[in-house]
Amino acid sequence: MTLLPAKFGIYGGQFVPETLMPALIELEEAFVSAKADAVFQAEFNKLMASYVGRPTPLTYAKRLSEKLGGAQIFLKREDLAHTGAHKINNALGQALLVKRMGKKRIVAETGAGQHGVASATAAALLGLECVVYMGVVDIARQEPNVFRMKLLGAEVRPVSSGTQTLKDAINEAIRDWVTNVGDTHYLLGSALGPHPYPTIVREFQSVIGIEAREQMLRDVGRLPDTVIACVGGGSNAIGVFSGFVNDEHVELIGVEAGGSGIASGKHAARFGDAAKGRVGVIHGTRTYVLQDEDGQIAETHSVSAGLDYAAVGPEHAMLRDSERAFYTSATDTEALSAFQTLCHIEGIIPALESSHAVAEVIKRAPKMRKDQVILVNLSGRGDKDLNTVINEMSRE
Amino acid sequence: MNRIDNAFKNKPIFMPYFPLGYPDLDTSIDVIEALAKNGADLIEVGLSFSDPLADGPVIQKATQIALEKGITVKKSLAALAELSKRGVTIPLMLMGYYNPMLAYGLEKFVHDAREAGADGFIIPDLPMEEAGEFEALLGDMLLIQMLAPTSSNERMALIARNAKGFIYLVSVTGVTGARSSISDGLGALIARVRAHTSVPVCVGFGIGTSEQAKQVGALADGVIVGSACVKTIGASEKPVEAAKQFAAEFRGALS
Repeated sequence: MTLLPAKFGIYGGQFVPETLMPALIELEEAFVSAKADAVFQAEFNKLMASYVGRPTPLTYAKRLSEKLGGAQIFLKREDLAHTGAHKINNALGQALLVKRMGKKRIVAETGAGQHGVASATAAALLGLECVVYMGVVDIARQEPNVFRMKLLGAEVRPVSSGTQTLKDAINEAIRDWVTNVGDTHYLLGSALGPHPYPTIVREFQSVIGIEAREQMLRDVGRLPDTVIACVGGGSNAIGVFSGFVNDEHVELIGVEAGGSGIASGKHAARFGDAAKGRVGVIHGTRTYVLQDEDGQIAETHSVSAGLDYAAVGPEHAMLRDSERAFYTSATDTEALSAFQTLCHIEGIIPALESSHAVAEVIKRAPKMRKDQVILVNLSGRGDKDLNTVINEMSRE
Repeated sequence: MNRIDNAFKNKPIFMPYFPLGYPDLDTSIDVIEALAKNGADLIEVGLSFSDPLADGPVIQKATQIALEKGITVKKSLAALAELSKRGVTIPLMLMGYYNPMLAYGLEKFVHDAREAGADGFIIPDLPMEEAGEFEALLGDMLLIQMLAPTSSNERMALIARNAKGFIYLVSVTGVTGARSSISDGLGALIARVRAHTSVPVCVGFGIGTSEQAKQVGALADGVIVGSACVKTIGASEKPVEAAKQFAAEFRGALS
């Protein structure tokens, strides 16, 4: 029996080799005791304030709201967190757990490089050895983040197996972890993988939702009608959703990567593609997975490396089944267009991942009344994406 | 007495692993037949998966080739039935990851595997905690329990209590693949397992040579050889001949 629930409805669980089960049990024990430990919480909160720069602001997107002519739009500015994305919240939280468990080394996977940078940062801050696994395809398209990780003292190991993206980076990180489990922690960056990771990551990311709810009530005097976030594994989304999940009238919308369009087959819309997105088991968890008829994990495509993954966090699968949250997708083209819109009229360069959430705002806000409110989680900043955007724009 | 228990009459047993579909489907059937008829006491017949996270480079590459050549669960089960037709009588265990079994439909998978002549299953990403749904479908077939050097005594007791057929003891923390030497702690690890169970203990992961197999065979009831078997046979221009030699060499070392 686990200390915390291992499942979200029928999703989640611990589908890992026996070698790793004791490490998951140890991690869960460390997390449960840390959660109850005021000293740990104080240390975490102090780092969140003095190092990460929390609380991150809530910004009223006045010109975007006026342009779209409907709902009033507010941005939760995770792009302004240290290292430029929400990933740092979880990376620091888990790194503190690593110290608590007495381990010396962390391994991490990364897609867009934001979690790799956050892990390298946390490792530098707390004096841990850090190895980041990254697909060769992602290394090419997120080069600035590769340099950042190296500057921060991490070793970046290219992964050339399989599809050479996030999925394969996770495979390699798990293989390293299973080999070095005695002194190594796997610092998983999204709300996926085996229990207790989805719960731990949600808890460390829940700071987004807690702050955003307080800020909405304080600055706007009301809760939003709709909360929108992009969903790769789904950590920024689950973080912001967690603040509003008990407010039944607040609509929660997750935006998957529609890639070249669902019909093209080149996408990462696990919920959006009823044929390929079926319940299965990958990377230790039962959830919706893009797969072929034989249960082989499908190749995915997205212009944003951080959303380019075949499975979705198990809690999202539960929220989707219960219809507490709704999931849609934005294509590469829509995301790139939203990226440029936000640059032009708000002076904010969003990450391509976050641009998927902005794309949904652009579709949805004009259909809403002016007295309605949308909260968007702007999960990261787009400096890392400039090469990709330049290439995509020159192609048009 | 079922075929698995019967296989352990002469210990230690030799248990090679080979994936169906590598280097192509017909050759893999011939190879497994050759292993079976030249010394293997039990064979782990591999089902391929796109994301084999417990496997090292050799098995990753072989199963990826098998997938590229079009292997599926359905074709694998048909191949298993073909082995029985060819007079392979030793026990055959299907070894693979959980998702392709789920995609096939668990009930149908277990049913069709039985029809095809499988004796049981080894599923590295299905630990005790998650195995209930699958075990409920098994009837007289076995799901082999795995233990690792990291398993606590408490977990060993729990897992060993349900074990049937044999225990698959992972000899090292890590993925599949040959190591330069056998871990010094292996004897103590095996003793720790034996304190909890009387079912045979077979050791896998990291055994690459017949000399190492002999060392492990002196301690355990069975020796599992995967990556070395796949590498040797895969590298040969005459894979079936290589399989015969491989099986004879390892069987000889354990006798």
